[in-house]
Amino acid sequence: MTEETLLEVDNASVAFAGRTVLDQVSLRVRRGEIVTVIGPNGAGKTTLIKLALALQIPARGRVWRRPGLRVGYMPQRLHTSAALPLTVERFLRLGGASRAAVVEALVEVGLPERGALPLQSASGGELQRVLLAQALLRTPDLLVLDEPVQGVDLAGQTAMYELIAEVRNRHRCGVLMISHDLHWVMAKTDHVVCLNQHVCCEGHPEQVGNDPAYRALFGDRFVRNVALYQHHHDHRHDLHGDVVCQHDTPAATAPKDDNHG
Amino acid sequence: MADFLLYALLAGCGVAVAAGPLGSLIVWQRLAYFGDTLAHSALLGAALGLLLAVDPWLTVLGVAVAIGTILALLQGHPQLNTDSLLGILSHGSLALGLVAISLFDGARIDLNSYLFGDLLAVAPADLWLIAAMTTVVLAGLALCWDALLAITVHPELAAVNGRPVTRLRLLLMVAVAMLVAAAMKVVGVLLVTALLIIPANAARPWSRTPEQMALLAAALGVIAVAAGLAGSWWLDTPTGPSIVTAAALLFVLSYSSGQVAGRGQRA
Repeated sequence: MTEETLLEVDNASVAFAGRTVLDQVSLRVRRGEIVTVIGPNGAGKTTLIKLALALQIPARGRVWRRPGLRVGYMPQRLHTSAALPLTVERFLRLGGASRAAVVEALVEVGLPERGALPLQSASGGELQRVLLAQALLRTPDLLVLDEPVQGVDLAGQTAMYELIAEVRNRHRCGVLMISHDLHWVMAKTDHVVCLNQHVCCEGHPEQVGNDPAYRALFGDRFVRNVALYQHHHDHRHDLHGDVVCQHDTPAATAPKDDNHG
Repeated sequence: MADFLLYALLAGCGVAVAAGPLGSLIVWQRLAYFGDTLAHSALLGAALGLLLAVDPWLTVLGVAVAIGTILALLQGHPQLNTDSLLGILSHGSLALGLVAISLFDGARIDLNSYLFGDLLAVAPADLWLIAAMTTVVLAGLALCWDALLAITVHPELAAVNGRPVTRLRLLLMVAVAMLVAAAMKVVGVLLVTALLIIPANAARPWSRTPEQMALLAAALGVIAVAAGLAGSWWLDTPTGPSIVTAAALLFVLSYSSGQVAGRGQRA
């Protein structure tokens, strides 16, 4: 692949209160490429995203963003107070988008005619699509997605990932995302970065899937049981995203496996 | 109508009009306790004004901005919760203000007027000041309205989309400080937050957009001021608490009828 580089993280380290969060992490996203970061809780995934978004400055190393890079960011979730009366359309127009652009973006993410819906009444799946529409309204070169299927049911997760792949093709943008769905990561991602403070292993999904470092981090049995866990956590919204991470070693995985199957 | 009643009405309405949109933002960002803290620090500001023999408006504003800055700097401290921090600054500055005021010749200072407001003592000079503060606050909010909404919904998303989050937070803090300084005369430092929070919450059940809620909150605030003033005139009750009581009644009325209306819609 010889597409232009959009983002390059080069040997970046970050520490909070003396605790190393990221240790000499390097990562590159090119146009048209989907790069997925996986790793247990506390692996520094969110910090890495913040570096990419320029919300965090590395203590050492550097982060290069192509000059004039337009970034569309899809956060994990919104924390809007129920006291704020806000419709989907009004939310999408906060960034300065025109009414016509908002209508178009809603069609693209599969939510036509949902502009008048109060944001608080949107379902988990609808909210994630609204957040994706918001990112697309930036006409991004780079999409940064922080766990894009949070709060989405299993059928919706597949649809959401399909949508992300479609969007990448249509807009020719690069995609950097955090994901917990290892099946999808293996099927649709161009490049996987397995993070646990440092980059344990990275490369093409198949290559990473067979890497001993990857297997040590996630465990064989866990990898097979991912779908089961996600079903189990489906309606525990407060625990979303902890799915992979509670079982970050094979030893921790074993007893939980017994409980579920 | 007696002049002093007219002045009181105008001053109260001026503050209520600015309190509508500002109070809405405070409710949306869950900053009620923050407003309280700035309001309580106003007493310390007033005492400082007496001590330095300068206009208390200036010192009230200065102390509120200083407290707000301390808060912004200490926020995220690993060993202090934000709510504890607010409690310490709020009650610390209130107590310090009370102590400082007691050091003056007690006969010359009416502590009650600071704590509960003294709307009937508003003079034309105060009116100009309230008008100026209200205009500045409203203009600032109107100019940055979408940006302020954006940081309310998701601060980091707003930052990625190019909003100057820190400057907007500072703007909001200064606006609250100005409103506190202006509202001190109207309802007093103990009840300033009520004027920000109660009309905004009363407006919520009837609003479908942020703008509707801000405008309705301003209107309900004006009604509360007028009703409270009238009540205080006829029943000979203190004006500040009467205004807040009227606002609280409006809230109860709005919410109980809003709930009924909401049930009707769902059915």
